[in-house]
Amino acid sequence: MNAKTLTHLQRLEAESIHILREVAAEAEKPVMLYSVGKDSAVMLHLAKKAFYPAPPPFPLLHVDTTWKFRDMYVMREKAARTAGMELLIHQNPEAKAKGINPFDHGPLHTDMWKTEGLKQALDLYGFDVAFGGARRDEEKSRAKERVFSFRSANHRWDPKNQRPELWRLYNARKAKGESVRVFPISNWTELDIWQYIHLEGIEIVPLYFAAPRPTVDRDGLILMVDDDRFRLHPGEVPKMRSVRFRTLGCYPLTGAVESTATTLPQVIQEMLLTTTSERQGRAIDHDQAASMEKKKQEGYF
Amino acid sequence: MSTQDPIYKTDALIAEDIDAYLTAHQHKTMLRFLTCGSVDDGKSTLIGRLLYDSKMIFEDQLAALEADSRRIGTQGQEIDFALLVDGLAAEREQGITIDVAYRFFATEKRKFIVADTPGHEQYTRNMVTGASTADLAVILVDARKGVLTQTRRHSYLVHLLGIRHIVLAVNKMDLVGYDQAVFDRIRADYAAFAQGIGIADFTAIPISGFKGDNITAPSANTPWYTGPALLPHLETVELEDTRDQAGAFRMPVQWVNRPNLDFRGFCGLISSGQVRPGDAVRVLPGGKTSTVARIVALEGDRDLAVAGESVTLTLADEIDCSRGQVLVAAQDPLEVADQFEATIVWMDEAELVPGRSYWLKIGTQTVAATIHAPKYEVNVNTQEHLASKTLDLNAIGVAVVTTDRQIPFAPYAENRDLGGFILIDRHTNHTVGAGMIRFALRRAQNIHWQATDISRAHHAAMKNQKPAVLWLTGLSGSGKSTIANIVEKKLARMNRHTFLLDGDNVRHGLNKDLGFTEADRVENIRRVGEVAKLMTDAGLIVITAFISPFRSERDMVRGMMQPGEFMEIFVDTPLEVAEGRDVKGLYAKARAGQLKNFTGIDSPYEAPEAPELRIDTTETTPEQAADLIIARLIP
Repeated sequence: MNAKTLTHLQRLEAESIHILREVAAEAEKPVMLYSVGKDSAVMLHLAKKAFYPAPPPFPLLHVDTTWKFRDMYVMREKAARTAGMELLIHQNPEAKAKGINPFDHGPLHTDMWKTEGLKQALDLYGFDVAFGGARRDEEKSRAKERVFSFRSANHRWDPKNQRPELWRLYNARKAKGESVRVFPISNWTELDIWQYIHLEGIEIVPLYFAAPRPTVDRDGLILMVDDDRFRLHPGEVPKMRSVRFRTLGCYPLTGAVESTATTLPQVIQEMLLTTTSERQGRAIDHDQAASMEKKKQEGYF
Repeated sequence: MSTQDPIYKTDALIAEDIDAYLTAHQHKTMLRFLTCGSVDDGKSTLIGRLLYDSKMIFEDQLAALEADSRRIGTQGQEIDFALLVDGLAAEREQGITIDVAYRFFATEKRKFIVADTPGHEQYTRNMVTGASTADLAVILVDARKGVLTQTRRHSYLVHLLGIRHIVLAVNKMDLVGYDQAVFDRIRADYAAFAQGIGIADFTAIPISGFKGDNITAPSANTPWYTGPALLPHLETVELEDTRDQAGAFRMPVQWVNRPNLDFRGFCGLISSGQVRPGDAVRVLPGGKTSTVARIVALEGDRDLAVAGESVTLTLADEIDCSRGQVLVAAQDPLEVADQFEATIVWMDEAELVPGRSYWLKIGTQTVAATIHAPKYEVNVNTQEHLASKTLDLNAIGVAVVTTDRQIPFAPYAENRDLGGFILIDRHTNHTVGAGMIRFALRRAQNIHWQATDISRAHHAAMKNQKPAVLWLTGLSGSGKSTIANIVEKKLARMNRHTFLLDGDNVRHGLNKDLGFTEADRVENIRRVGEVAKLMTDAGLIVITAFISPFRSERDMVRGMMQPGEFMEIFVDTPLEVAEGRDVKGLYAKARAGQLKNFTGIDSPYEAPEAPELRIDTTETTPEQAADLIIARLIP
């Protein structure tokens, strides 16, 4: 017998598909959180593979803030359609009524639209398991989170009271009202994600590739003026720069990097030669030390 | 800082020919390893060093690290690599890692997933968790201290979990002047111990995580050492692909894919062997055979799939096969059994209760299982066998496990997926234990269920009644026996065939060997449940009056009966009222300390959450209570 040596991407893919199927088999009402970014794109692709020729047996949920890049909204519709999956969109009505926005409300913006919005949506539809595209290499507190991460009835995460997770055996049992966040791509790194996108030809939002875009500088970040809601300073004129994004979120909070990488290999090349970590482009993590851990305990994904 | 060239990641190819780089890197393999060491062995420093030397640390992280090192570091003005990997705020303050954390780095040849587990004594649980998915273990020893109790404990656990590649990293060589004699002595000490517990082979490497010696390249400080540096060793150690694929084909069925009536795909992760279209396969338990028709994939059908891959198979014949069953090579099937000897690691604050029913998850199947009293517990520090009645948090023991149905399995030493299981508490849903099957017990293989010609339906029909179990539960003195007696008299007058099992009476005979500890109480109820079950098979209406304080056991008995035949009746009497009655004088004795483990006093009563009937004895007379029960039984 000749043994076939599996590559790291084949091993990661097999593990992720195993996790996706395990949830489909054990959850009562699962949902996949879809944020339109590259990690979501990979997670969705893995779901398609796991259940082919059937479409994945759960809907997609986008917890929307109304402040995403326009290209992301276009991609969202297309991705759901191509996968043959139902797309649910939730916008926190309270945040909407109060006009919560990234310019006036700082951390409250993320808190209300995303953290509260997510909890509302899960309660509204009664989902008991939600897939998320978080990876352990993103940030220190993620490194210890389980693949199956339990949330109390009020959506809190208790890092001191996590279930041991052994072998490929996931314990998905829970009491009424409790829920589980499941992270099928926990063990992927940013480089793995890019390599897999390249290898599998997965379509991603054009914002990941460099193009001339209208930008301004704010607090050390390069921000893109994606629509006329962006508040320019008096006399400020957006300047066209060739930029791309390493990570995607609300456009007024997401820093771009100057780049000329217009193909996937070029993007990967820049990523490998870069000297700053991925989340640096996100304003949200700089608030305080251990900020992500705190947010997660409160129910942020 | 490292004295070696930073050869990893900043490969010249990246800048010069990214396409060639990507092609090369698509063929990387993956190694999962575990690092274990005592609190001060420098484990976090070593991992930080591996991340740093393989250029997995970015400038912003390095800047934050330098700031943190000055603020809370333990290395003076030098960079404290440990701060890179100590994740959660709480543990950063305590200065110890308290859980399993996973780290990632890659070289040109391999991607590595590192399970970082604490060396602290009370966290055996975390180490076992980290070891369960690892192919290699790096065991750290402080060169100044040599092989310690903790080293032995970690090695025992690593070996127990079936890790075949062990690296003994003798760390802090800089602090012993890179003395070869120190290294040789530690290696010899370890070899003697390792052989004793069955570790066939290990690789010893002298290192300094702090200074970077023998991490990425041979160090000039240890000219006497001719073996590989740590990272090159990790890059070249043989992977398990060959071994996994050499075994017979096995795939636990995880999901049956039925998009329409014409397609039925069996999905799962192959746990050993290879499979091709045309291969003959068998479904276990059951034994039906068929052949593999297709290996279906999004990118097109495949002609080969191997251990470690998640696949979808279709079969040539329409045979029953569902989640939990195992597809195996037809000519080389698995053993099937319902009783095993297993090594169990207990992982919960609440101790193991022998005889209690737990969920056991193995492969893709979840079954009910009971663990017998341990044959022995293992002292993880000395590997001595100790007598024990139970297993506490972090205890490891060997015990017999009985499942409620036959399961296909392989000994853990042969196959982790088919021999490793977790135990789940039925009420808290916590993962309370992990187990590794050693072998099946003969009994399970030789005792078969004897089919009888007079069926239970026939027995019931002869008595012109539907069998049932009226299970009265409540505190001592709540009135269970009184009510049960009235119920039986009334049913007798209605020509119903009944039998009353009373707690006190049963303890005079069938259960006279049992006391009142938690384990004995569990066994008491299990036996009563079995007797009640036989009586329902005989067509009887069984009335029981037992305190039966634990939900798990009441649920276990419910699970033994046919659906709808078990009626849980909560005789609800407040403790003050029952104690006030104290018909048998037991509460007085318990309060005086003359009676141990008395329910309601120093042993808990877990009230039913959803009983079929609740009787509030402060508002209902025994006569009325009996009428309520009968009305519910015979509407």
